[in-house]
Amino acid sequence: MSAAVEIQLIAVVVAAACALPGVFLVLRRMAMMSDAISHTVLLGIVLTFFVLRDLESPWLILGAALMGVVTVSLVELLNGTRLVKEDAAIGLVFPALFSVAVILISKYAHGVHLDSDAVLLGELAFAPFDRWTILGIDLPHALVVMSGVLILNIIFIALFYKELKLATFDAGLAATLGLSPVIVHYGLMTIVSITAVGAFDAVGAILVVAMMITPAAAAYLLTDKLEWMLGWSVLLGAASGVSGYWLAAWLDANIAGSMATMTGVLFVVVFLVAPERGVVALARRRARQKWEFAQTALAIHLWHHEGTPAYAEECRVEHLTEHMHWEADFAEALVQRAQKAGVVTRRGNDLYLTDNGRLLAREMLSY
Amino acid sequence: MNLLEWLNLLLTDYTLRTVALGAATLGVTSGALGTFAMLRRQSLLGDAMSHAALPGVIIAFMLTGSKSPEVLMGGAAVAGILGTLTLIVITRYSRIKEDSALGIVLSVFFGFGLMLLTFLQRNPDARQAGLSTFLFGQAATLLERDVWVMGIFGGGALLLMLIFWKEFKLLSFDRDFGASLGLPMVMLDVLLTTLLVVAIVIGLQAVGVVLMSAMVVAPAAAARQWTNRLGLMALLAAIFGAMSGVGGAMISSTGEGLSTGPVVVLVASGIVIVSLFLAPNRGLVWSAWRRQKNRRQLRVETVLYDMYRLAQQHDDWDYPHEVAVLQAMNLNQGGVRNSLRKLAERGLVTEKGNGLWSLTQSGWEQAMNLFKKGGSA
Repeated sequence: MSAAVEIQLIAVVVAAACALPGVFLVLRRMAMMSDAISHTVLLGIVLTFFVLRDLESPWLILGAALMGVVTVSLVELLNGTRLVKEDAAIGLVFPALFSVAVILISKYAHGVHLDSDAVLLGELAFAPFDRWTILGIDLPHALVVMSGVLILNIIFIALFYKELKLATFDAGLAATLGLSPVIVHYGLMTIVSITAVGAFDAVGAILVVAMMITPAAAAYLLTDKLEWMLGWSVLLGAASGVSGYWLAAWLDANIAGSMATMTGVLFVVVFLVAPERGVVALARRRARQKWEFAQTALAIHLWHHEGTPAYAEECRVEHLTEHMHWEADFAEALVQRAQKAGVVTRRGNDLYLTDNGRLLAREMLSY
Repeated sequence: MNLLEWLNLLLTDYTLRTVALGAATLGVTSGALGTFAMLRRQSLLGDAMSHAALPGVIIAFMLTGSKSPEVLMGGAAVAGILGTLTLIVITRYSRIKEDSALGIVLSVFFGFGLMLLTFLQRNPDARQAGLSTFLFGQAATLLERDVWVMGIFGGGALLLMLIFWKEFKLLSFDRDFGASLGLPMVMLDVLLTTLLVVAIVIGLQAVGVVLMSAMVVAPAAAARQWTNRLGLMALLAAIFGAMSGVGGAMISSTGEGLSTGPVVVLVASGIVIVSLFLAPNRGLVWSAWRRQKNRRQLRVETVLYDMYRLAQQHDDWDYPHEVAVLQAMNLNQGGVRNSLRKLAERGLVTEKGNGLWSLTQSGWEQAMNLFKKGGSA
């Protein structure tokens, strides 16, 4: 495999691994927890490194994941004192832990492959140089690690799919059925922490947030089904990964930053054109509803006066501007639409309901 | 170095004085305005704003080629406001919740900024050197001119905050009432949010985009513990902010290779921890002590109540009772002897020798007052 293919492969695997737990974070309204965790896992890495003096050790992942869970517990502990609100608790805990990590690195870990820029940026471009041989196949280290994380995430979600789904959409029912919300919560947080550590090397702390939250939020606009949302999230993440790589190659810029940028670009596209929930679809639905509402109002208006002496006056198109407070242009356009829809017929300047129109008015009034 | 030497250095050493003044300015501004952010539950908005400012700094530099503070701060402010607007648009026009929107704005803007920064760094042009200090901040790079700009913007923001104090107070605590008075609440909201952006932006060079948000949250969270009054809280938050800013900047400029941001944040976090534990009334130590006191009070009253009931049954307030009886009535929860001693100190019971205790006249009267409504202790 060439380096370019390998990097894209890693990008896709990272994106997929992040996008899966991201879906649950978005649905459970805990997106900012990923921000906190992705920062504090650094402290876990640093502390474990000080104990083991080895940056390759698999224990690093464990130590970092543990720190992620510690972060969540600290936030909840602080929140539990009721002295600060939850958002402030998050905003207090992770900068402090992250600061400790950055200071420890700059003070005691000089010359080690651990510096605060790498922490934030990550550098995928170098990933193919660091290789492992697994079962006789020579693979980049990051690819092996992230594939492991991805498989772990898939297994976790597959095994506890029902539980996660229930606890996410109906926490009360889940608790009634004997599913501990605490266990589900911490299980998910552990998975988020492990994913953050794994992705850390490749994309850096803050971009973990981009890969977790942005594709999942875009997916949330595309579907109402959890299975589909997971699928869309992975797909959008992978697309950001590949397109981010090419953007970075074109600009000769940081790959992770470009991937995050692409998640944003894809999000904006989805935000605008998503069927049903996109801004464009929303605007069109609003416009259609405006016309439909006006048309119904017109039908009711005519039906109301039908057969009364005032009808000759009320049925005139110009009269609509006074009685219904419609602009003349709007009234004219509306009448044309209503004619096309078979709600009214027009003779000269007078309007008459069709049978269809009468039915529409009666139906609406009977609600 | 002792305190006096420090002070002397502070007044005479150019770098140190500049750093301290700059850090104090950013601390005061972000502390005071952070008070409103915290009360309005926008603590994490600061996080998103400061991350979102990064591409603004880089683009401002790319467009002008200048690294003067007003240009970079201007760029940062525009990007910060754009980030906030994006956040509002996302939550307003889709079903995406605020937390996800914060995460999106924060990470995408920041990622975009990093992309631009690395793009600049790989071009052979030395002028961009130093832009990366905006990540973690480097107070030592502050020049006197930078501090002047910070002071003008920060002072302006604080002045506006004071002018619209009453309106902002209303906005934070009872928005609907404000609207019913005919105040332009949306405009005030925009103004206050803009002031918060200013507070964040002036701190970026010293503390960095990654950790600047902590300067909005921490001083306000610490100040909240000491008082229930908004004015005092803002004042305290400003003082705490200045303390963390100056303390952190000093420590980092003496130690080698230390970015300022992390040190400032740790000083601020230290102030928060002290406040959480020691603040009167709300503090953890204080409330634990109060709970302990209440529990003891309750135990003493229980014993008095038991004595009163026994006295009623014997129809004789002076009738002496065994401690063991009282202990049994107390379900052996302990502390009965201690409570009796406390009651004796208050002259409500007396020991009739040999582990026998009885109520005194005043004890009987007080117990009647306390319990005659049939209430249980």
